[in-house]
Amino acid sequence: MLALVVITIVKLLVLFAFTMTCVAYGTLAERKVCGHIQDRIGPCYCGPRGLLQPLADGLKLFFKEDITPSEVDKPVFILAPVLAVAPPLLAIGVIPFGESITLFGHKIPLVVADVNVAVLYLFAVASFSVYSIVLGGWASNSKYPLLGGLRSAAQMISYELVLGLSIMGVIMLAGSFSLTDIVHAQKHWWFVLTQPLGFLIYIVAATAELNRLPFDLPEAESELVGGYHTEYSSMKFAMFFLGEYANMVVASAVGACLFLGGWNPPFAFLSFIPGIIWFLIKLFFIFFTLLWIRWSWPRLRYDQLMTFSWKYLLPLSLLNIVATAGVMLWMHRI
Amino acid sequence: MEGVYWPLVFVFLLAVGFGGMAVIMSSLLGPKKPDPIKLSPYECGVDPVGDARKPFHIHYYVIALLFLIFDIEVIFTYPWAVRFKDLGVFGFVEMGVFIAIFLAIFVYVLGKGAFEWE
Repeated sequence: MLALVVITIVKLLVLFAFTMTCVAYGTLAERKVCGHIQDRIGPCYCGPRGLLQPLADGLKLFFKEDITPSEVDKPVFILAPVLAVAPPLLAIGVIPFGESITLFGHKIPLVVADVNVAVLYLFAVASFSVYSIVLGGWASNSKYPLLGGLRSAAQMISYELVLGLSIMGVIMLAGSFSLTDIVHAQKHWWFVLTQPLGFLIYIVAATAELNRLPFDLPEAESELVGGYHTEYSSMKFAMFFLGEYANMVVASAVGACLFLGGWNPPFAFLSFIPGIIWFLIKLFFIFFTLLWIRWSWPRLRYDQLMTFSWKYLLPLSLLNIVATAGVMLWMHRI
Repeated sequence: MEGVYWPLVFVFLLAVGFGGMAVIMSSLLGPKKPDPIKLSPYECGVDPVGDARKPFHIHYYVIALLFLIFDIEVIFTYPWAVRFKDLGVFGFVEMGVFIAIFLAIFVYVLGKGAFEWE
């Protein structure tokens, strides 16, 4: 039992280090990709090719003055950034990064907690993210953060609904909530092939949940200054961004598990490459797509954003469920 | 296979611990030079006008209520989706009825103009 606890803690710490590295280099990747898309070279002064930029940013933010404005609701003001980083870190614990590996005679599954309701757990935890933004906006007691927080609340709950419906097809096909079982069910056919509409809706809804362009209305800087984090400074400010990039890592990992076959190789003859490498390739592919989307489209108008979710995505995802059910029934008969 | 839940305790401790640590660190490190203008709410440089907490558009409440209704329906569909393979035609028809009711509500709300945003 003690060995099991030690192994779990080691796994968790490795996973934590991996996530934080992804977050740090995610910010650099964002700026580099943005730079190259706009025909610039992006950050290049800190270290070779700007590789030490995340370190410089982190240190700078730690040593900045931590301003708590006089009008704020202090406990809530401090709680909001903690709530911003906690949900993605909670979510990362149930994501399987690969099959089990054998180390010193122990068989170690590459997941911290192999929970059998992993999908439900992920959605429960992910819906906490909205609190950080609403509470942050409310506690600041300033006009722009309040407006940003309200807009964000309406946007995030609208797209959460669609996100929940978009993965229903995958759950029907796999017949399980466990991410490990869902990956096993994709041994031959990845669900992106049988659920293309579901995958598309998942990516759109995830982009909106992450508050990224073209859905970044909560922080529309041309209208709302900085949105919900206008009054935040120093590390508290950085934590909102940390949470956002960690959420991107989680959304990419979940997308890879649910739709892109997790650690399964695309073809059987490529199975000599370890599963974890395939998983990371898929994770970074979705991560890059999110960056790509951000720098390719302009921001939507707020009414367009809300109507798009309720009038188009919601009926479309219902249609996807009914169609999946119908086809499954028909295939079963023949 | 049964799920393993106890590692989630460590995940929770790490998540909350890290968040708490970062907040405490940022208040310990860094200079402290408060002055009244720096601590006032930001309103593009001019003096703040009135309180921020004013009544806001009622539409936000409507969206929140609609979310509650529809999210409960989504949660109802989850158990069905997991067992769909065993339920067969019976399950399909049952869910057809449920989704028809869902769509009826949707069309009613649409007709009422709840999704229009001015």
